Amino acid sequence: MTDRPHLAVLGAGPAGLAATAAAASHGVRVTLLDAATRAGGQFYRQPAAELRARRPQALHHQWRTWERLRDGLRAYVTVGAVRHLTDHHVWCVERRPSGGLTVHALLGPEQEDPVEMRADAVVLATGGYEKVLPFPGWTLPGVVTAGGAQAMLKGTLALSGRTAVVAGTGPLLLPVATGLAAAGVEVPALVESADPKAFVHRTRALAAQPGKVAEGARYAAQLLRHRVRLLARHTVVEAHGTDRVEAVTVAALDADGRVRPGTSRRIPCDTLAVGHGMLPHTDLAETLGCRLDGTDVHVDDEQRTDVPGVWAAGETTGIGGAALSLAEGHIAGRSAAARLHGTEPDPRAWAAAAKSRTRLREFFAALGTVYAPPAHWTEQITDDTVVCRCEEVTGGTVREAVAELGAGDVRTVKLLTRAGMGWCQGRVCGPAVAGLTGCGLTPSRRPFARPVPLGVLARAGEHEDQ
Amino acid sequence: MVGAACALYAARAGLDVTLVDRGPVAGGTTGAGEGNVLVSDKEPGPELDLALLSGRLWAELAREFGDAVEYDAKGGVVVASSPGGLTALERFATEQRAAGVVAEPVAGDVLYDLEPHLAPGLPGGVHYPQDRQVMPALAAAHLARASGARLLTGHTVTGVLRGPGGAVRGVRTDRGDLHAPAVVNAAGTWGGDLAALAGVHLPVLPRRGFVLVTEPLPRRVHHKVYAADYVADVASDSAALQTSPVVEGTAAGPILIGASRERVGFDRSFSLPVVRALAAGATLLFPFLSDVRAMRSYVGFRPYLPDHLPAIGPDSRVPGLYHACGHEGAGIGLAPGTGHLIAQALTDKTPELDLTPFRPDRFPEEAA
Ligand SMILES: Cc1cc2nc3c(=O)[nH]c(=O)nc-3n(C[C@H](O)[C@H](O)[C@H](O)COP(=O)(O)OP(=O)(O)OC[C@H]3O[C@@H](n4cnc5c(N)ncnc54)[C@H](O)[C@@H]3O)c2cc1C
Ligand SMILES: Cc1cc2nc3c(=O)[nH]c(=O)nc-3n(C[C@H](O)[C@H](O)[C@H](O)COP(=O)(O)OP(=O)(O)OC[C@H]3O[C@@H](n4cnc5c(N)ncnc54)[C@H](O)[C@@H]3O)c2cc1C
Repeated sequence: MTDRPHLAVLGAGPAGLAATAAAASHGVRVTLLDAATRAGGQFYRQPAAELRARRPQALHHQWRTWERLRDGLRAYVTVGAVRHLTDHHVWCVERRPSGGLTVHALLGPEQEDPVEMRADAVVLATGGYEKVLPFPGWTLPGVVTAGGAQAMLKGTLALSGRTAVVAGTGPLLLPVATGLAAAGVEVPALVESADPKAFVHRTRALAAQPGKVAEGARYAAQLLRHRVRLLARHTVVEAHGTDRVEAVTVAALDADGRVRPGTSRRIPCDTLAVGHGMLPHTDLAETLGCRLDGTDVHVDDEQRTDVPGVWAAGETTGIGGAALSLAEGHIAGRSAAARLHGTEPDPRAWAAAAKSRTRLREFFAALGTVYAPPAHWTEQITDDTVVCRCEEVTGGTVREAVAELGAGDVRTVKLLTRAGMGWCQGRVCGPAVAGLTGCGLTPSRRPFARPVPLGVLARAGEHEDQ
Repeated sequence: MVGAACALYAARAGLDVTLVDRGPVAGGTTGAGEGNVLVSDKEPGPELDLALLSGRLWAELAREFGDAVEYDAKGGVVVASSPGGLTALERFATEQRAAGVVAEPVAGDVLYDLEPHLAPGLPGGVHYPQDRQVMPALAAAHLARASGARLLTGHTVTGVLRGPGGAVRGVRTDRGDLHAPAVVNAAGTWGGDLAALAGVHLPVLPRRGFVLVTEPLPRRVHHKVYAADYVADVASDSAALQTSPVVEGTAAGPILIGASRERVGFDRSFSLPVVRALAAGATLLFPFLSDVRAMRSYVGFRPYLPDHLPAIGPDSRVPGLYHACGHEGAGIGLAPGTGHLIAQALTDKTPELDLTPFRPDRFPEEAA
């Protein structure tokens, strides 16, 4: 069995799970690696078994899809077709001069001990991470990301009895608000800076997605049922509190995306869940030398990157939701299996997945034009608002670097202010710094997807040389 | 960095200066290297003379810019890994002392007083109190601002304007012409391309370097510390990879480990073998670093000329054209001296150092 080709799938979210199943069912040995302790990724994040949640499916409207993937994975693992490695944090994928790839990982949760694995090909399915734009008070305890709130909900079910405002922009806010409300959290407002109604006018994209229309209607009904007020074209101006968030001030936006004077109001709460959309994880792809389109990993129709032996699927290639990740993962797994067996894949084999991929990409492109932060969001960042939390760089410092020291891009601002040099390596503050600098967000080179001990680095790939 | 220093000294010599760059401030090699201001790694000769002059000027600039450019006169410690290495190192230091460098031999015990966390069993080293450091991007930005020069970022020079007698009249950029009787080429690794726009040959080439950056730590490395073979690497003419690392703490906490040297053209792609070698060298010097995490690494291209000396001064082939480029791995350290000498040349003063070894026209055309 060891002479069968070996595919490493990095990331066990919808994309990685679909790729694993597709490749394993076509005679490829698959190793599925993920940093998390269990499979599922962002979407199928499950309540820990110990909690024995009575009805976890109430939080998952795609529970059945998840069950199918999970059971499939179990079956492949049982028969030895798939190895599933949890708690493996991949910090680098290296192309070997002799051909093939080496995956370098650290074992969690301490991430100290190294693991190295050779593969004939890899599928990058590392998903994305949430984008959060700063505002005064955003560093207070109790201010969490929308995904963080959702994860708390799905992972520990421990939020009930609280009051949470959900704010920002993007389609993720809806499931988060309704999910919180369904779990017994009081949600006084869903503050959305875009106008979701504008989306309804995009009939073409919607007409192709009857399922999405139904989903939207369901969320609207749920908001109503739980008495969640939707404040469209509103924004959070400030979060208040001393030890923890106690209230937020929200205000209406005018047609230009500026705060409308005299419209601000204060809403008491103990949790503020904010999100401004998602950004793809591209570190591993960049280090491999894969081409990027803006902030997305570039792929062809087969989900191949431009680096031989490297496929990418799911949100690392662009944000588009779980169903798109599933379709892309399936195609990547099929294509990789065929090519690892030395055959030209036949795209007709994945025609259905390709069709839904086309539709969903169109749908999310349309969505992206509606759900954008207000045009003048940077005006809400005061000079003493911390923009880079790791290095404690304020808005004023960034503005000074731009106005007085000749910085014109994120990299120069980073060099002159240290914004983005800290533990998160600019993943959090990148969009905010780009906004304040007045330039586009470009992917910044992060050769290590995880910080790596020098002792591990010093020996990385040692046995390759022998 | 070099352009900013030229602008500062030229403006202070009374000239009206415009600083042009196609990118932002510090967007070239200056933003991709380290800020060691070293005398310790230089053998007696013209480069050491320039380093000593620059060191004095950095100390002056520090009074004006000090903290803003993270100036730190911390000194350097060069360690030998074997008794034989120590003898060679001490011989080298004796020659340097004759040229005006302060170099104090440190035997075993004293070495560990200076750097308690060094690997045990090292025979000794040499302490260089004149070694210092600055933060390159901040230094370039603050010197440029203090010069009062008109700063035109995002302007690419596409031609050098010449008068009837061949003399320089200014430059053409993608956003218009700029007229000036003198043009200083401080285009670093791209200095050869700029020279070519003026029709002259200057063979500046790239030498790639990676730097590793760790998570922030409390101060545990107090000087710039490197192994004696670093000097050999710096002076080397070889294209092959060399990675004896310099380890240094920074004001902000992270430790910088740099830098590799190899000639691979302008290839930006990440090389795990290269950074692995840097990590191995650093953990050998400081075993505690094994458990410290590398956060990132970055890459830059040092501008070098075939004889490893920069080009500084007027170009005899084109009246009005001056060069200040090709400083290889020492352009941050050597920038103030270079700016000072260029300003003297521009104002017809006798330069403080003999510019003959730095003549821009010293490379015969056919060497290309
Ligand atoms: C709050 C929230 C609510 C959402 N609600 C919906 C919804 O209602 N409907 C919908 O369609 N979509 C929803 N989504 C989006 C959905 O979660 C994603 O579209 C989907 O999970 C993307 O799948 P993926 O496989 O591409 O990536 P992910 O699910 O993000 O999986 C990526 C995996 O890669 C792993 N990984 C990343 N980097 C490394 C590394 N270096 N080493 C090892 N492992 C690594 C991660 O641990 C993760 O498990 C929501 C997302 C969020 C955050
Ligand atoms: C890894 C590494 C470590 C280093 N460590 C040290 C160290 O510790 N100490 C030290 O002293 N030195 C060090 N160096 C070397 C130092 O960084 C360089 O010598 C120095 O930055 C060169 O400065 P410069 O101003 O000549 O070049 P640059 O900083 O590259 O500036 C040249 C500028 O010219 C611009 N330009 C080029 N062509 C054009 C055009 N046609 N039109 C307009 N603008 C143009 C570029 O955009 C660029 O901004 C290191 C270098 C590397 C790579």
